[in-house]
Amino acid sequence: MARKDRMSGNEAVAEAMRQINPDVMGAFPITPSTEIPQYFSKFIADGKVDTEFVAVESEHSAMSVCIGASAAGARAVTATSSAGLALMWELLYVAASSRLPITMAVVNRALTGPININNDHSDSMGARDSGWIQIYAENNQEVYDNYIQAMPISEAIRLPIMICQDGFITSHGVSNIELLEDDEVKNFVSEYKPENYLLKHENPLAVGPYGTSPYYMEVKRAQAQAMKDSMPIIMDVAERFEVLTGRKYGFFEEYMMDDAEVAIVIIGSSAGTGKEAVDRLRREGKKVGLIKLRVFRPFPRIPLAESMCKVKAVAIMDKAESFSNSGGPLFNEARNSLYDLENKPYAINYIYGLGGRDITVEDFYEIYNDLFIIYDTNKPGDVYRYVGVRDSRYGERGFDHKKYDD
Amino acid sequence: MTDKINRAVEIRWHGRGGQGAKTACLMLADVAFASGKYVQGFPEYGPERQGAPITAYNRITDAPCKVHSNIYTPDYVVVVDETLLKSVDVAKGIKKEGSLIINSRKSPEALRPLLNGYKGKICTVDAERISIETLGKNFPNMPMLGAVVKVSKVIDQDRFISDMRESFEHKFAGKESVIVGNMKAVVKAMEEVEVGE
Repeated sequence: MARKDRMSGNEAVAEAMRQINPDVMGAFPITPSTEIPQYFSKFIADGKVDTEFVAVESEHSAMSVCIGASAAGARAVTATSSAGLALMWELLYVAASSRLPITMAVVNRALTGPININNDHSDSMGARDSGWIQIYAENNQEVYDNYIQAMPISEAIRLPIMICQDGFITSHGVSNIELLEDDEVKNFVSEYKPENYLLKHENPLAVGPYGTSPYYMEVKRAQAQAMKDSMPIIMDVAERFEVLTGRKYGFFEEYMMDDAEVAIVIIGSSAGTGKEAVDRLRREGKKVGLIKLRVFRPFPRIPLAESMCKVKAVAIMDKAESFSNSGGPLFNEARNSLYDLENKPYAINYIYGLGGRDITVEDFYEIYNDLFIIYDTNKPGDVYRYVGVRDSRYGERGFDHKKYDD
Repeated sequence: MTDKINRAVEIRWHGRGGQGAKTACLMLADVAFASGKYVQGFPEYGPERQGAPITAYNRITDAPCKVHSNIYTPDYVVVVDETLLKSVDVAKGIKKEGSLIINSRKSPEALRPLLNGYKGKICTVDAERISIETLGKNFPNMPMLGAVVKVSKVIDQDRFISDMRESFEHKFAGKESVIVGNMKAVVKAMEEVEVGE
């Protein structure tokens, strides 16, 4: 039986953690971490879980604790954000290459320079090549649902996993949510029984030794294969979750795509705002669609490309700048996936929402309008664009209505 | 499915860090949820410090709300601190049929000259006095919550009062005087709020 409640995204993750009762949490208790360790440590203090909470002096150590605990055969979790994730960088690669199924709740926030605490995807997009599975959420419900699905995926393929949500927008925003009963979660996630671990009496093993040149590359190849092999597991877990809850998940969600002429591809909470724009434009008879990418690692190259091929022009949206001079990370991978296909759509990039810059339904109108210009003229123009920024090349478009004061 | 128009009531809160505008915003989400609505309650974060202007938002709807942007054309704006009128264009974007609700001992018409030519409805309530009378301290947020529920009628008033009592009993378990004081502050503000033109 589902329990109807209302809570923030941070509370939703802490609640899911309580229901799962992991063995170890290594976490830095204050900023730049999140409210998640704060809420969860209350559950520990109240005796609701028997998790060993290791309060550390830095995020580097938080990830080290998780690596040690996971190598020893424990179910280890942490949560972080922004600069905290950046400080874990070195250890992210250690966790992934050691094939340790650690679950990390990431609250996506900008990286400093200039100082900023607000939402964008710079932190986890920067970690995209570290070998972690990455799953993103549109709203609090998806944050909770993704977290419940994290361990069955991660532990089956022995790769660490990030469950990402948008900082402040869902992490601190309170909204309606349906929670599962504790025993439903426990049954779904089930007990963690690793095949091999550091302290296994019958078969003790070393974790994280020096990988000399004759071996290093095979380890990397095996990691890449594991990432590929995680795709059917992600779908299997999603199907089991649908049986339990009726809520359907996949690599991405198609919204009004069946007869769409143009579409937006986007990750995270702004997909909801985009869907509202789709609803309103559909009422005007405009055939627009939206693809919300849920799984960024592994990148669902083939199915995503097939979905984009349903339309004539797509706008691929990045909430992170990669300073590549050729667009953001999602754009590069999504556009690349189209290369081998016939009837591929025109694909343009918009960088949006950096450092908490708001994006509105009206901004999405503008983007759909730009797509229809390409649809009509067959001229994509500059494919690397910004939306909602003060810039002499783009004017003040979409910005003035966002200010109360300067 | 797309034909269903989801008419949201949108509320924007202006306050200063430490006055409880965010708390009131989240409590409104709580009580609206309790009355069966779909809710969003979210603060806009900047460099947080005591006394700095802060903004928070509510969307209250009958169907799930997908939009995740801030609110630029609110139905109601609540100003928890009157001194903000000097520095923040609090009336910006308010819908024609909407209202501006200000914590002030002045009358609605006395405030209009400070509002950048705003022509819509203004409501005032002396939340500071009410708070001092009922709680002994200046916590203007709960009276302002009572005032916005009264003016907006976004949830049933009787239901609101009983849910608020429950919420305070949960939050301040065992502190009877705090529970009674907060309830008095909410109800008094609902009685006293002056609805202007």
